[in-house]
Amino acid sequence: MSSTTETGTTETGNQSFGGVQARSEVALNPPRIAIKNLDFFYGDNRALKSIDFNIPERQVTGMIGPSGCGKSTLLRVLNRMYSLYPGQRATGEAMIDGMNIVGHDTDLNALRAKIGMVFQKPTPFPMTIYENIAFGIRLHEKLSRAQMDERIEWALSRAAIWDEVKDRLDASALGLSGGQQQRLCIARTIAVRPEVILFDEPTSALDPISTLKIEELIDELKRDFTIVIVTHNMQQAARCADQVAFFYLGELIEVAPAAQMFTAPKHAKTQEYITGRFG
Amino acid sequence: MPTEHIVRSYDEDLRKLRDMTARMGGLAERQVADATRALVRRDTELAAEVVQRDVQIDALEREIEAFCVRLLALRQPVAADLRVIIAAMKASNDLERIGDYAANGAKRSIVLASQTSIGSLNGFERMAHLVQENLKAAMDALVNNDAEAARRVWEADEPVDAIYNGIFRELLTFMMEDPRNITAATHMLFIAKNLERIGDHTTNIAERIYYAVRGDSLPDERPKADQSAFAVVRPAGE
Amino acid sequence: MSISLSAGAVPGPRKDPEVAAALGRRRKRVDIIIRSLCVGATLVGLAFLASILITLTYRGFEAMNLRVFTEVTAPPGSEGGLLNAIVGSLIQASLGTLIGTPIGMLVGTYLAEYARGSKFGNLVRFVSDILLSAPSILIGLFVYQILVLPFGGFSGWAGVVALAVIVIPVVVRTTEDMLTLIPNTLREAVIGLGSPKWKMIVFICWKSALSGIITGILLAIARVAGETAPLLFTSLGNNAWSVDLTKPMASLPIAIYSMAGSPFEDWIALAWAGALLITLGVLSLNILARTLLRGRK
Repeated sequence: MSSTTETGTTETGNQSFGGVQARSEVALNPPRIAIKNLDFFYGDNRALKSIDFNIPERQVTGMIGPSGCGKSTLLRVLNRMYSLYPGQRATGEAMIDGMNIVGHDTDLNALRAKIGMVFQKPTPFPMTIYENIAFGIRLHEKLSRAQMDERIEWALSRAAIWDEVKDRLDASALGLSGGQQQRLCIARTIAVRPEVILFDEPTSALDPISTLKIEELIDELKRDFTIVIVTHNMQQAARCADQVAFFYLGELIEVAPAAQMFTAPKHAKTQEYITGRFG
Repeated sequence: MPTEHIVRSYDEDLRKLRDMTARMGGLAERQVADATRALVRRDTELAAEVVQRDVQIDALEREIEAFCVRLLALRQPVAADLRVIIAAMKASNDLERIGDYAANGAKRSIVLASQTSIGSLNGFERMAHLVQENLKAAMDALVNNDAEAARRVWEADEPVDAIYNGIFRELLTFMMEDPRNITAATHMLFIAKNLERIGDHTTNIAERIYYAVRGDSLPDERPKADQSAFAVVRPAGE
Repeated sequence: MSISLSAGAVPGPRKDPEVAAALGRRRKRVDIIIRSLCVGATLVGLAFLASILITLTYRGFEAMNLRVFTEVTAPPGSEGGLLNAIVGSLIQASLGTLIGTPIGMLVGTYLAEYARGSKFGNLVRFVSDILLSAPSILIGLFVYQILVLPFGGFSGWAGVVALAVIVIPVVVRTTEDMLTLIPNTLREAVIGLGSPKWKMIVFICWKSALSGIITGILLAIARVAGETAPLLFTSLGNNAWSVDLTKPMASLPIAIYSMAGSPFEDWIALAWAGALLITLGVLSLNILARTLLRGRK
């Protein structure tokens, strides 16, 4: 893993057992998405103010903050979800591979194939499990039956649900449990081979065990995908994220590696929020 | 912290932790003071009291540790709260060691009271006085969340070390002059070393307080002047 | 910051058990009165309904025999049946539905997916709702003006068009309602995969709303199967066998209309039979629609 530092943390030379570094020693990777001076408007209401920060590649960036602070808004800017709704617009830059996400000429379908999203409520399509995954793939690729089967098996395995559904790929997806449906949605998202996956409070609708399974999954996925996760649950951000960004009233207050954010944050407001003095 | 927790009982827990630690600090201070007085006045009764009272300090350490473990498990503290709790836990360890050293010194002063006194105990008194002051300052820094006061305590250990060096050489000289002095001098040596270690532990406490308040540590190398590890005293005439 | 509530300090005077009991008794009395009124009104309504159904079933079955299904309407006295009327109704109802449904679905989809909240969308919805409750005779007259007069005669096609115009607002309303029920998160999930909007609508939204939409179509068929007034001015009815849509065509409601008003016994009996047939047809469609909807839930 490349080690050019991002926010000034130094890569300490100490223990890496078997080559795997503990999260507290990991430096942040080079940015996958570079956000500069981003503003977002609901009509005339300026909901995001001059956001500047980078999302490092193949690591987990957590976004936290009290209700209404703009973290979900920012997440939905990243895959242009707001384009579905009139009156919502963004200005500024969010660059990925030389393309500005919020620019006028961006090809939205191609963008969304690159940047996928998993939502808070599991949203299985009213089809068989096989068709759920195949639907997304067919939007962008032409695969033979064998290739499709292979890709679907890969996606379901990466989402840690293959063993549970391999014998009933023709059953309706609506018959799965909540945790399984969410993992199906994750499989559906990764099947189109995005580079970035956005998670919008992916476990708030799930029980604690399913939550931990999804967190474990995110930990695995970050080996291949850049991940951004919005969460209300600070302990989840502490457990999962490599970099944490704290938002308040539409502004980015502080962004730091997770270990630093939760042991010695620099901003008083960050400190107050994460220790439960307001929010 | 200017604002209060949304859950009031959390603030009360933190306040209770602070009080317990301050109380333990006060007890430790008193032990050092009494042990020194017992030494100087050759008061064996007072010394025995000090030894007995050490149990209280040990009990407080267990209480604080248990309380901290409970806070960590139930509140999942982060940032400043976490640092304060860890600081309190480690400070209680240091305070317990301080108590042990004081009690150990008291035991030795009982022995010394039965021996002829050698040399003057001025150095001891001064060292003990300095150490007590530092301990008090450290406890105040803890209660007031004062990082600068903690830093001053951290820097103030040097004079203690200087006095210890002098006592060390003096006692070596006494031992070389007359072998009958060896028992008393050895005990006095240990007592002096104990006081110097108490100073070190106080510095540790000050470091923890600084980290708890500021979030970053004091530099690794602090002003030290303990030369005793290199001290060689040659007999007169060589 | 927290509200300090010491135990027991609820504001206001203490609870008086006698007052509470008196209020409870009054509540019970009012409850009994209202309940009796409701039950009474239901019984009255049911009584009327029951009497209609009983009469219909009795008289209808009396007149029912195989001839009804095999013979064409004949002058009174000869042994006629309702074959041409049944076939005519089937043809016109199905063609009307076939034409009206796609139009209705597309308008409903437009309202739900493209025009939510827009002024034009609101206007379209408003007009559709008016059309939904418009007197069907007006629709018949309208089609008469544009399809009967210029072409110089009544025709099956005119009847089909009139029925289609009645079907359209029904399907619009059900389609729009069913599509609006779909949560936005599902739409966002599809769009988030990089899908163009039309694919989202066709493959996901229509599929999700399918049973609801089909229910709407069945209800539309049931409605137009029993419409008389519009057909009076468009396909007029035909006492001979004809499946030619360019000529006047028979239908059950019109057959009943002309036979029931006649002074001939056998025609009146046939009218009852026809009425029973229509009722049974509409009833079974309704039941089918309901079980479909319940099955999905």
